[in-house]
Amino acid sequence: MSGANRIPGAGRLTPAKTARFFFDGKSYAALEGDTVASALLANGVHLVGRSFKYHRPRGIVSAGAEEPNALIGVERDAARKQPNVRATVQDVFDGMKVISQNRWPSLAFDVGAVNNLLAPFFAAGFYYKTFMWPKQAWKHVYEPQIRAAAGLGVSPTEDDTDHYSSRYAHCDVLVIGAGVAGLSAALAAAKTGARVIICDEQPEVGGALHYDKSVTIDGQDGYSWAQATAANLAKMDNVTVLPRTTAFGYYAQNFVGLNERVTEHLAKPDKKLPRERLWQVRAKRVIIATGAIERHMVFANNDRPGIMLASAARTFLNHFGVAVGKKVGVYTANDSAYEAAFDLKRAGITIAAIVDSREQPGEAVLAEARSLGIEVMVGYGVVDTGGKLRVSSMSVARNGGGSSRKIAIDALLVSAGWTPSVHMFSQSRGKVAYDAETQRFLPGTYAQDCLSIGACNGTNDLQATIEESLAAGELMSNASGYTAPEKLALQGVNAFSWTGGMAGAAEGAGPDTTVKAFIDFQNDVCAKDIRLAVREGMHSIEHIKRFTTNGMATDQGKLSNIHGLAIAAETLGREIPKVGLTTFRAPYTPVTFGTLINHSRGELFDPTRKTPMHALEEAQGAVFEDVGQWKRAWYYPRAGEDMHQAVNRECKTVRDIAGIFDASTLGKIEVVGPDAAQFLNLIYTNSWDTLKPGRCRYGIMLREDGFVYDDGVVGRMAEDRFHVTTTTGGAARVMNHMEDYLQTEFPHLNVWLTSATEQWAVIAVQGPKAREIIEPLVEGIDLSNEAFPHMSVREGKVCGVPTRLFRMSFTGETGFEVNVPADFGPAVWAAISERTEALGGCAYGTEAMHILRAEKGYIIVGQDTDGTVTPDDASLGWAVGKKKTDFVGIRGLRRPDLVADGRKQLVGLLTKDPAVVLEEGAQIVANPNQPLPMTMIGHVTSAYWSENCGRSIALALVAGGKGKIGQTLYVPMPDKTIAVEVSDMVFFDKEGGRING
Amino acid sequence: MADLIGAELATRTLPLSGFHGGSAAAALSVAAPATRISLRAKPDAVAALSGALGLSLPTKAKTSASSNGRHALWLGPDEWLVIDENEADLIAAVASSNMLHSATDISHRNTAIIVKGRGAAVAINGGCPQDLSLAAFPVGACSRTVLAKAEIVLLRTAEDTFRVECWRSFSPYVSTLLAEAAEDAGN
Amino acid sequence: MLLIYCPYCEEERSELEFRQAGDAHIARPTNMTEMTDEDFEAFFFLRDNVKGLTFERWRHLNGCGRFFNAARDTVSDKFLTTYKAGLPRPDLSTLRPATEATVETYEATESNAK
Repeated sequence: MSGANRIPGAGRLTPAKTARFFFDGKSYAALEGDTVASALLANGVHLVGRSFKYHRPRGIVSAGAEEPNALIGVERDAARKQPNVRATVQDVFDGMKVISQNRWPSLAFDVGAVNNLLAPFFAAGFYYKTFMWPKQAWKHVYEPQIRAAAGLGVSPTEDDTDHYSSRYAHCDVLVIGAGVAGLSAALAAAKTGARVIICDEQPEVGGALHYDKSVTIDGQDGYSWAQATAANLAKMDNVTVLPRTTAFGYYAQNFVGLNERVTEHLAKPDKKLPRERLWQVRAKRVIIATGAIERHMVFANNDRPGIMLASAARTFLNHFGVAVGKKVGVYTANDSAYEAAFDLKRAGITIAAIVDSREQPGEAVLAEARSLGIEVMVGYGVVDTGGKLRVSSMSVARNGGGSSRKIAIDALLVSAGWTPSVHMFSQSRGKVAYDAETQRFLPGTYAQDCLSIGACNGTNDLQATIEESLAAGELMSNASGYTAPEKLALQGVNAFSWTGGMAGAAEGAGPDTTVKAFIDFQNDVCAKDIRLAVREGMHSIEHIKRFTTNGMATDQGKLSNIHGLAIAAETLGREIPKVGLTTFRAPYTPVTFGTLINHSRGELFDPTRKTPMHALEEAQGAVFEDVGQWKRAWYYPRAGEDMHQAVNRECKTVRDIAGIFDASTLGKIEVVGPDAAQFLNLIYTNSWDTLKPGRCRYGIMLREDGFVYDDGVVGRMAEDRFHVTTTTGGAARVMNHMEDYLQTEFPHLNVWLTSATEQWAVIAVQGPKAREIIEPLVEGIDLSNEAFPHMSVREGKVCGVPTRLFRMSFTGETGFEVNVPADFGPAVWAAISERTEALGGCAYGTEAMHILRAEKGYIIVGQDTDGTVTPDDASLGWAVGKKKTDFVGIRGLRRPDLVADGRKQLVGLLTKDPAVVLEEGAQIVANPNQPLPMTMIGHVTSAYWSENCGRSIALALVAGGKGKIGQTLYVPMPDKTIAVEVSDMVFFDKEGGRING
Repeated sequence: MADLIGAELATRTLPLSGFHGGSAAAALSVAAPATRISLRAKPDAVAALSGALGLSLPTKAKTSASSNGRHALWLGPDEWLVIDENEADLIAAVASSNMLHSATDISHRNTAIIVKGRGAAVAINGGCPQDLSLAAFPVGACSRTVLAKAEIVLLRTAEDTFRVECWRSFSPYVSTLLAEAAEDAGN
Repeated sequence: MLLIYCPYCEEERSELEFRQAGDAHIARPTNMTEMTDEDFEAFFFLRDNVKGLTFERWRHLNGCGRFFNAARDTVSDKFLTTYKAGLPRPDLSTLRPATEATVETYEATESNAK
């Protein structure tokens, strides 16, 4: 038996298919297809959680996504713990472990429940008013305490072992919701041939047909019709049917986010399946068929376990075969709750009474109640309830006061009417309009190409819904050029038309300030809290919401919005539409981080770019560093070496013998066309007309404001072809910068740009023996100093493959940069590496490269410059063409502040104690004894230990720096003040002879 | 020392060498090496360049032309990606047009993954936001676009087959993402 | 995520393929070296940051690579039109206003669109 409250013959689940699960460690029986909620109720368990603020015992309120109370944790293993799962939408699977939340030490005995006794102190706005003084206490006492007490559920501490997927999809018509309306619309759209996607948050389609057993469509039982229709749709090539899929966000231009729960209901999911799948749907038209959500009644102590929505009780009975109680009361302001009583009564459950706050209930339901022998108390209210961990009684009184009568019950079904679910419409930025007659907000002004149908559009009648939906499906398809081959018609019949409904506080919800008549169960907001907020001056609904937290968190106003609004309006003495409605925000229901991140984790978090030689460098023992998305060889430690020792050796070896370095990540742009030189004249500060084919030049690029943007060596391959290099980090933005000017400012020039960064593997060979290393491998290029001087480029062959061979240096040594088509990189690297090592050289990484260039005072744009440095500040004024009449930045350079005295200039720093290495970023002062705050005159941009100089070296930006050479400045650090002498920027081989060796 | 020269001709190391994977719905394989150029020219050179290449350079967005293993993909109004699966010298071919143009060798810059199967489009839609239905992206359609965080060039070579071009250093990312999405496309 | 019509590709593509590139119709002066400080300031630094209709540049970076111009309403975040670089500002009186409260029913949207 799968629970004592399971009624034989009732519901749609198969009694033979059982499953067992654990709730707070206790084992329970369930049927396949049960939700956690239905299975717990089948076992008579109503108490499932504690409320957020007062820790009051709470039970299951609904049977769907609007559930505010029954939030549970689901554990598969240590890494897979999902908090805040709504028990009403989570399927049971065999062996599942469910835990209750927000209680300690146990659900039945919870220490935090003392908050309920202290409730007078926890009025709305409590936090804002209480934790204000003393100021320091907020950080050290209040915040940590509040944080410890706040929050629902516990996050897993281990990495999620599940995986998630993502899919972009396009369709002509997206239908959100697969109840009568959604299915009818999808059917009509599908028949036209349009591409249709229909989704529904529930495991099975049908919507309200889950509980309303009275419906027949074309003579078929409504629920069966829904399943058959969905099955037929799924067979069509142009239709995608997505159950267990929530449309959680509606964004611009009909872009809708869907969250498909793929394995959440399976005991042992196939590891290949993603746990959830994010669908990013772009629809030409959207049909919103999200139905309506039943509201609870607001009265004293309306939150006890066992008090639930009438339609939920019908769902538990008619779909799951579960009776929510044995002696059931009904409190309603709407006809729909009567049908719950009828269904339960027919299933053999005692109905204690239907308490109807209205003076005139619908005649049809009243007559049916009488014929079934159910007592109906017209014009009465439930003014209080009793029971500790489950409701045990309701106190009923005639409207307007008088003595009350206590009736014993074990469940109480409530309904204040139906709230059209306009969340998706509202998220689409459509404007809702208030319908005073029916007291509800309905879709008003549309902002996007969508259409609401059925209950969410305020259409109550079944046949009207069907006809509206069929027409909508066809109309929306027409927009994509599809037409219906024939008119569809469906005939729907149901038992009763419903009347009634109320918004706001019912009898017994105050107006006193002590009664707890809840409007928002999840956030523990009562009717009195709204009134208090208004009294305290919150007159905007947005202020009231934030003051009371009404409708916040996962609720997003599903149950609470209309009640809160009505009470606010009443207290303010204004009409509901004048008070306004708070904004419905995405997500409609919570979406896991895993789904939003989907593939972008681990190695797919961000592309990891490796050079062609990466594997060889790894084999040579390289340690890599991240440079943007690139992995670059940082240093190559040998056995027993730490980083410092390895880098010192590499630096020394390059200057003594030679080194080999992977420079492939440098940006490369091929600039081709008859106007190529003219274009470069405009982009760089330098002049390019005089550069002969076969020669190279170091170029500086500015932004229009005159500050250094990028730099690099440019080789002229031919009259109309340049090989431009950029910094590694600048490759993409420099390309964009050049394209921008070419396309929009200089479109008259005949020149084209192509990114060639990854076409070439670049192997730098630097050091006194560089020529000797490559000479035997090179074909067709005279490497002699005379034929191939510093800053030249030649085309020929290396290791038998084509090369662009540059004679250039970023170390100050004789140097070559061997460019070969990328696929040849590893073979050529291996050959050069072998030669290098045979001659006593070694591979060196980016750390040694940084030190070697700093020894020569070569700057790194982005490290020694920060976007406020001019060429002159960096002692690169020589690279600015004095005779040029235009280049990007020419005017910026002449701005008064850029030519003023006292600018920060790049200089060298030598610590008085040569063993002390400065910290990059450290601030510089002239007088270390001045009072705080000190006047800072600059900062260290680069600082290293230089093995070749036998001392520390540094570069720094210092105000008026070039005029301070020889002076002593100070670098105050937390533990000491370091004295430094300002120097020029060249620390090694000041004469510069080695480069021409 | 001269005997060292050419003694061992440098061999090619292909990105994604030997890569294959995916699922029954979308099989992944690495394309064979090909020559490629980025071709840039103005409208007046299109006819002569077409003649030199032996195919009609497409002038309409999202279209391509193919002939004997040679493909010209419209990437922009003055930009084509020309691929030759027979590794012909494309630079020389377009030079023979004697019309103003720019051709840059990008044979080694790009690599390509072939996605084939009934779920090929779904797999690519795992990271690409374009509508890849046959109506919107027919056989022969091509486009530069994105695959999640990487830039790709797509070419539909058959109803169930796409060629996905990307820069070589992005190929591990692109292939890994496609492999995950191909697996999911089969579900 | 917006859809943006690329005037070169002649179709709407996902915003993911595009990059915004600042204000449109700010021509770089040809007499750069002769400009006064005030003129340079106006050219390079000063922007209006309008609420409402704005003209801006976009680049179809991961598409055809072209820079183009767009008229966009910064309140509704809707594009009124896009046009090729180098073309003058379009006549906005011919364009549909892109405010949100333009239609009362879906059917009106449909008929407007046609």
